Amino acid sequence: MNTATTNHAGFAKSDYEGQPSTLCKGCGHDNITRHIITAYYEMGINPYDVVKPSGIGCSSKTPAYFIHRGYGINSVHGRMPSVSLGAKLANGNLQVVGISGDGDSASIGMGQFCHAVRRNLDMVYVVENNGVYGLTKGQFSATADRGSTLKTGDINSLEDIDLCATAITLNGTFVARAYSNDAKQLRAMIKASIAHRGTSLLDVISPCVTFNNHEGSTKSISYVKEHDVHLNQVGFVPHWEQDEVELKAGEASEIRLPDGSQIVVRQVRDNYDPTDRIAALQVLREVADQGEILTGLIYVSPQEPDFNTISKLNATKGLCHYDEADLRPTKEQMSEYLASYR
Amino acid sequence: MNPPDTLEATQPSSPTKVIVNDVTFQMATANGTGSQSANNIFAKTLFRMGIPVAAKNLFPSNIQGLPTWFSLRASKDGYTSCKRDIDFLVGMNPATWSKDVAEVRQGAAVLYNSDELSSEILKSRPDLVTYPVPITTLVKEHIPAPKLRKMLANVVYVGAVAELLGMDHDVLRGVIADNFKSKPKAVDINVKAAEVGREYVRQNLEKKDPFRVETMNANEGKLLIEGNTMGALGALMGGCTTLFWYPITPSSSLPEALIAQFRRFRIDPSNEEHRYVDVQCEDELASAGAVLGAGWAGARSCTSTSGPGISLMSEFIGFGYYAEIPSVFFDVQRVGPSTGLPTRTAQGDILLCYHCSHGDTKNICLLPGGPEEYYEFSRQAFDVADRFQTPVFVLSDLDLGMNFWMCDQPEYPTEGFDRGKVMSEEDLENAKSFGRYRDVDGDGIPYRTLPGNKHPLASYFTRGSGHDEDANYSEDGDTFRRNLARIGKKIEGSRDKLPQPILDANDKAKVGLIAYGSTEAAMQEVRDMLSSDGVPTSYLRLRALPVAKNVVEDFLRNHERVYIIEQNRDGQLETILRDDIRNGELTDRLRHVRHFTGIPIDAQTVRSSVLEQEKN
Ligand SMILES: Cc1ncc(C[n+]2csc(CCOP(=O)(O)OP(=O)(O)O)c2C)c(N)n1
Ligand code: SF4
Ligand SMILES: [Mg+2]
Repeated sequence: MNTATTNHAGFAKSDYEGQPSTLCKGCGHDNITRHIITAYYEMGINPYDVVKPSGIGCSSKTPAYFIHRGYGINSVHGRMPSVSLGAKLANGNLQVVGISGDGDSASIGMGQFCHAVRRNLDMVYVVENNGVYGLTKGQFSATADRGSTLKTGDINSLEDIDLCATAITLNGTFVARAYSNDAKQLRAMIKASIAHRGTSLLDVISPCVTFNNHEGSTKSISYVKEHDVHLNQVGFVPHWEQDEVELKAGEASEIRLPDGSQIVVRQVRDNYDPTDRIAALQVLREVADQGEILTGLIYVSPQEPDFNTISKLNATKGLCHYDEADLRPTKEQMSEYLASYR
Repeated sequence: MNPPDTLEATQPSSPTKVIVNDVTFQMATANGTGSQSANNIFAKTLFRMGIPVAAKNLFPSNIQGLPTWFSLRASKDGYTSCKRDIDFLVGMNPATWSKDVAEVRQGAAVLYNSDELSSEILKSRPDLVTYPVPITTLVKEHIPAPKLRKMLANVVYVGAVAELLGMDHDVLRGVIADNFKSKPKAVDINVKAAEVGREYVRQNLEKKDPFRVETMNANEGKLLIEGNTMGALGALMGGCTTLFWYPITPSSSLPEALIAQFRRFRIDPSNEEHRYVDVQCEDELASAGAVLGAGWAGARSCTSTSGPGISLMSEFIGFGYYAEIPSVFFDVQRVGPSTGLPTRTAQGDILLCYHCSHGDTKNICLLPGGPEEYYEFSRQAFDVADRFQTPVFVLSDLDLGMNFWMCDQPEYPTEGFDRGKVMSEEDLENAKSFGRYRDVDGDGIPYRTLPGNKHPLASYFTRGSGHDEDANYSEDGDTFRRNLARIGKKIEGSRDKLPQPILDANDKAKVGLIAYGSTEAAMQEVRDMLSSDGVPTSYLRLRALPVAKNVVEDFLRNHERVYIIEQNRDGQLETILRDDIRNGELTDRLRHVRHFTGIPIDAQTVRSSVLEQEKN
């Protein structure tokens, strides 16, 4: 195999691609798809180990457009987290990248979103957040900002649900917000979230060019461009490239992940520490109150046990691989157990 | 077979006649007073004396203070269904006292706590044999710990009734000792409480009722066990590794038993590693989604719930049906609609489960008729799910699930798991091509690969939206029709591969009876009764859906009138049979008995309904 065109695991970029997208031209979701392809390719994740659960929505269709060698499961509306839970517990070797939308996660699936975060299942949880229900033609979602308008002129009179703040309150271990058009930031964050052991929430602002890209929308391309406030700049250094990192003192901090890789966080906002949960909630509130959109690595707690570890499962042999000899008590053990019922 | 003692045949109040090992007790207590443990001790003592017993708990949806009844039938003939006529009442609850007294049969015996219950009420029933016992005073005098008195009052009546019936006190002591094995201190005080009751009867009361129990030998090798524990054991032996659930009566004791079994058998002592996972989910939707996620990834997975949970899961079940994901759903049925009677029994979810979810769906349902089958079908459900790549329901009910049943020791499985048509990397290499939803074998059952399979042909995309034979997205009408028809064929093909109906034919019978599930417990008695009434019957017990159509058709053909006996209002199984058998000549023979009070169906109810209809 030509090493020039493969990653360190020996796979070509094309192994990470998918079927052609059928989304609207210019849809933010397609950008996210592109960055997922690149990030998984560059991370050298075996594409056959990738499972791609999703809910329902334009966003949830995208697993068909990336990593065709992986296994997609486009399930039901708002329930991607539970499908991910079952799959990852069945086989801990699988790399779960769950795709959801803001309708999918902040409304119908809010319960599953919260409980996924709480369990810290090892997965990348992407919310492709456009503030509307794209697939049902542009109704408000629960992440739409107060005062934002629909194409019809309807004004949203309710406060939004901030999924990042919610996740932090629920002791989420990796919480980041990105913008679908900011390639550099988003790619680094996807890589960091793959390396993070636990639920990595990526709340990606992803403009819906068809239903939410007008004047008055707070999730249009132009609004996001103007109001994107960077909390920090995130770089990712995988464990096999450690030698190459050189940091000037004071300029950036490193967060070491359990697999040996590092997230390099360059400060933009003074003295922001992404391991400080209270500070995270505070900055989210402050920036939102100014009508701005905060992006960056908001919070990370890299050493918490993930759900498979909490469940005391074998790290390499999945539950799906045990057979009757592994799983059945012997005849004698069964009789002994039943003796108390005599 | 002995003809059953009917009401007319026995005269309990006649002092000369002694009735041995044929008595139905009712303990009327308030819940939260600890009566359950005392009642279980009582039942177990009779069981260990070798007498067939059936114990039913009638309890409220409440934690403390509301009335609860425990009915216990000891029957030398081995009849294990509920019986309406109470021979021996133990009165402990002032709130239900007058009703309890009014409802017992003519000439019944009544032992009661005379400190709390008024003897005035008994004046309306001069036919009864009464045994006043000042239980509150006795516990005050003899039990030093005030905190335990309320609970031990129940053990006092156990001792008193044991003495009146002639129960074996050594066996009783043994049962108490086993019951409190983990708390040795409790043994002595419970034994003492039973002695107090016994002693009081000896000193103060004269035996006047005809009921006696004697040691017999009918329970060799048997267990006395909660149905849900047997269901759980089936899942354990069936190789379930992933359990997702949400608490609901009467299901919870199944996952709880399974978790206890997991902890006992599935933790590797060398490194504490688990070969299972149990997750109490945030709701039933999550349970269903996780079961499907795990089944899709290749683990044997199940959830357990009751009707309300199935209602919530229904969207996911349709996804499992259409995306063809092996998965097992236990529905321990209770009374609906809505919250209904959450602590009472019914067979009201048959249609819900069979057709669960929107669109054309038809799900395989297994219908265990007793604890042995609960174990057996629960174990087999995982094979059936893998074989047919579809959600499989195991439908029990509160009666079978939460009551204590006598049953045979479950058989240790001789076969290994049947994982169905799963293709490994090597299989793919040999096959040279793979399409997830192709009908390669003509049986409608496709082949599947598991995520993580690294053969270049292995990957496919699972979706609940329209798809073609190669799992590609498709909105083409003809492709959709073809695929859904294939799934229909697959499920049709299961009819003769699921547990087959059990036929007990009687050449002389013009009348046939059809029943399923826990109704089985009443059927032997129903048939004995009807036979002595001059109505010999044949009996067909259905054990799975979709049904083996030809067996049912033959049964109809061979009988002039066939009664379908169900524990629901609308004849849910009858609806399914009428849909399957579109032959008026045969379906005109159908009649029915439908019971839906929430109390387990009893033989007398079935008998009188059949006799009434036989007049016409
Ligand atoms: C149970 C159920 N209710 C409603 C729908 C209809 N529906 C499809 S997609 C969708 C909203 C999707 O919004 P979002 O998750 O934000 O995804 P987007 O299309 O914006 O990417 C809805 C309500 C459905 N598929 N299932
Ligand atoms: S409707 Fe909006 S979200 Fe959906 S594909 Fe089009 S642009 Fe994207
Ligand atoms: Mg949306």
